Amino acid sequence: MNKRVNTFLVALLVATIAVLPAMIGSFGTALMNDIGVSTLVVLGLVMLTGTGGATSFGQAAFVGIAAYATGWLTTTQDLSPWLGLLFALFLTGAAALAIGMLTLHLGGHYLPLSTIAWGLSIPLLFGNIAALGSNTGLANIPPLQIGPWSLMEAKTIYYLIWPVVGLAFLFSYNLMNSRAGRAIRSLRGGATLLGSVGADAYRVRLWLFVTAAQLAAIAGWLYAHMNRFVSPSAFNLRASIEYLLMAIAGGVGHLAGALFGSGVVLLLKNKVQDALQILSSNGARLEIIVFGIVFILLLHFARGGAMGLIARWSARRKTPSAPALADDGTPPLPRRPLPTRGSEILRVEHALKRFGGLVAVNDVSFTVNAGEIVGLIGPNGAGKSTLFNLVTGAAPVSGGTIAFCGRDITHLPQRRIARLGMARTFQHVNLRPNMSVLDSVALGAHARGSAGMLRGGLSLDRREEHQIMAEAWRQLARVGLAERAGERAGSLPLGWQRILEIARALAADPILLVLDEPAAGLRKQEKAALAELLRGLRSEGITILIVEHDMDFVMKLVDRLVVMNFGSMLLQDSPAVVRADPRVQSAYLGSVL
Amino acid sequence: MDWDLALILLVDGLANGSVYLLAGIGLVLIFSVTRVLFVPFGDIAAFAALTLAAFEAGRLPATVGMVATLAALATLAETWRLLRIGEHRRLGRALVGWGLLPLLPCAVAWGVVESQAPGWLQILATLLLVLPIIPLVARLTLQPIADASVLVLLMVSLVLHFLLSGLGLLFFGAEGSRTKPLTSLNWEVVAGFTVGGQTLLMVAAALLLSALFYLAFEYTVIGKALRATAVNRVGARLVGIRPAQTALLAYCGASLLAGLIGVLVAPTTTMYYDSGFIIGLRAFIAAIIGALTSYPLTAVGALAVGIFESFASFWSGALKDAIVFGLLIPVLILRSYMALHVDDEIEELDE
Repeated sequence: MNKRVNTFLVALLVATIAVLPAMIGSFGTALMNDIGVSTLVVLGLVMLTGTGGATSFGQAAFVGIAAYATGWLTTTQDLSPWLGLLFALFLTGAAALAIGMLTLHLGGHYLPLSTIAWGLSIPLLFGNIAALGSNTGLANIPPLQIGPWSLMEAKTIYYLIWPVVGLAFLFSYNLMNSRAGRAIRSLRGGATLLGSVGADAYRVRLWLFVTAAQLAAIAGWLYAHMNRFVSPSAFNLRASIEYLLMAIAGGVGHLAGALFGSGVVLLLKNKVQDALQILSSNGARLEIIVFGIVFILLLHFARGGAMGLIARWSARRKTPSAPALADDGTPPLPRRPLPTRGSEILRVEHALKRFGGLVAVNDVSFTVNAGEIVGLIGPNGAGKSTLFNLVTGAAPVSGGTIAFCGRDITHLPQRRIARLGMARTFQHVNLRPNMSVLDSVALGAHARGSAGMLRGGLSLDRREEHQIMAEAWRQLARVGLAERAGERAGSLPLGWQRILEIARALAADPILLVLDEPAAGLRKQEKAALAELLRGLRSEGITILIVEHDMDFVMKLVDRLVVMNFGSMLLQDSPAVVRADPRVQSAYLGSVL
Repeated sequence: MDWDLALILLVDGLANGSVYLLAGIGLVLIFSVTRVLFVPFGDIAAFAALTLAAFEAGRLPATVGMVATLAALATLAETWRLLRIGEHRRLGRALVGWGLLPLLPCAVAWGVVESQAPGWLQILATLLLVLPIIPLVARLTLQPIADASVLVLLMVSLVLHFLLSGLGLLFFGAEGSRTKPLTSLNWEVVAGFTVGGQTLLMVAAALLLSALFYLAFEYTVIGKALRATAVNRVGARLVGIRPAQTALLAYCGASLLAGLIGVLVAPTTTMYYDSGFIIGLRAFIAAIIGALTSYPLTAVGALAVGIFESFASFWSGALKDAIVFGLLIPVLILRSYMALHVDDEIEELDE
């Protein structure tokens, strides 16, 4: 789909929603209001679960906290619902922050399990607090009032709900396409990927979690003043699972899936209720069975949801392209001063890494000077990649010290080392396959920007975003990938994915570039082009540390070699000396002795 | 709180804990072999309790209809699968295995009701009748996506709880029931302090069964196959263990445990169609304490949860459940912290 078609579709959708209440009567309008409120919750869930990879089985609890907050403030304290909104946002935000700080460090399937725990406990609390009406809940919550207009009727509150939904979509769309959004979209690549560009995966996930909870809070506030009644059962685990069903039905990977999913599920629910009422007297009991069967079928056959199907269909028809950037006079991102050529920038002393009883890196010491290319070679299992992980901070050191630009970085986390000017690529390519080539490179410049989620969502980051994108284009042109900027990163051949990782690393404006087997999977001419690129970088003053198996490639490229065998350093010297050394020969070819 | 009260709460907690112990074994059994966190485990236990109650009332339990329906659906699914992959020769076996075999307990149930059989036969019929439920449900909902991520399996299993509780309501109705006590004996430990025979029975059953499970796992070929699958699925497949078969075995074992829990719990409290969820969740906490893989730690966890619950309900009856579920979070944090190797890769939902 091109941009014009998209704009037309959105305009059509907005126009339809604007005139809908006049056509569907008050019952239909009330249903639309429910859909709008659910859409807000599901929008947060799509970002959190679909994009950020953190599944929440407790989103309804946040809706509940907000609904109870405003309900309590407006009924027992007789305060304005608008104060209720602030109170709801504050309380939900605080709860999300607390829960997030407790649980978002959890790895693997422990995180989703913990969401079940609070998703169950919070509604149970509501039902047991007398001040909140225990199990009967709070009634007579006042309707919203804007100046002289009361929003008591479905038809009137409709015109508050849907503009809010529209704004929420705008915010989310901006957010996803901002600096923070690129980090969010990379969350599923793991903490090492984010750390390598100087981002803190935990903090990104935490603020995403809070953002999703705030969307749920707005929904909860609207819910309370729309129904004018809250009770615990609306926010229990089943409600949370229903939101998840909506997200999955709509397509958890696409923002529009939120609208689609809540629409389809609530309309279907409505129809099913009607049909079951005719079928049997206890229709309400059967509803949950239908709901369960539909959900399980969805998980069996269409985990991508409706938007997933649409995306697959439209992907076949479009030729992807990225919008070129007009030069509007914005200055480029400031660059880091490079150290003077020849000065020592990396010093590894007695580095040691143990995995249980296995010593993977044993007492390795070497230095790297500014402006040189140092190759790290050794047979398979020599400990090269482990040493790389120690240098970049991706794995903790068991002993020894590492200094970078005169600073001790031995115990610094990966992202802090990255921010000091060390950028890396990965042996096993670590790209988000569904991100565009351009965005993948822009992610590399993460540490050079500062706009957070709020600024991104409110689109107050345009200047910085322009700078980052200009930088990304520049680096893509440098490595020869500019023509493919709009394609999915995962659609590139493996060799080019490695080149793309180099462009990403370059976008960070590094002092030291750490490359893990960059030439693997490249053809001869491509290797020559890569060598040319790396030499060009060296002449610009960038230092390169490189692991590579292609001896021909390495020998022609590097200034100095560090040779490792069985975790220990064999020697470090110029390529000619290394080539002639009998120890190196026997390590590679086997010894006759 | 004085010592007498603490003792009473402790004994109460141990009785609860032994139920969670049995359920915890079932959960770990299923998870370690299939990677499914079987949330609806407790629902099946509730079905067992209601089944026994129906036998005692001289009615044919609604479970018969449930099992027959599930068996029909599973047979259809299996037939469809075999036809699609062109394995016509195996149709007969599938028909017998998935269609007829689960109906045998239904026939037994009918016989028990017709002949007004004694109590122990009713219990046996209950266990037999509940036995096919988890395997059938798993055949329909979990086995087709056995290779999906843990997250997707967890989602299916959560939804399954709601689906099963809906089916429970449909088949059993909203009325609760309580069965006759299994024993009326009491044991006076010291003067003024008696422990109910029912409590002793629960603790003894838990101990006996966990010992049996231990022996079966350590010393039988089937137990070894289950353990092999739990340790490494691909490796197990390479030495000729069929994951689908070990999974079926695990589901059967879990179903049997669920049946026993139902029979043990039914006389102590009034069971409704949805009473099982809470039991399942508490066992869940126990299983997580055992990292979903360790039976001994799960056992310790189960007893701890039982005792914790018993004291929590003394302090605040109303907030008991919130407190017990809240316990899950510190347990998870501890578990995650202790995990040597945390997967960096986050599971994909939509691929």
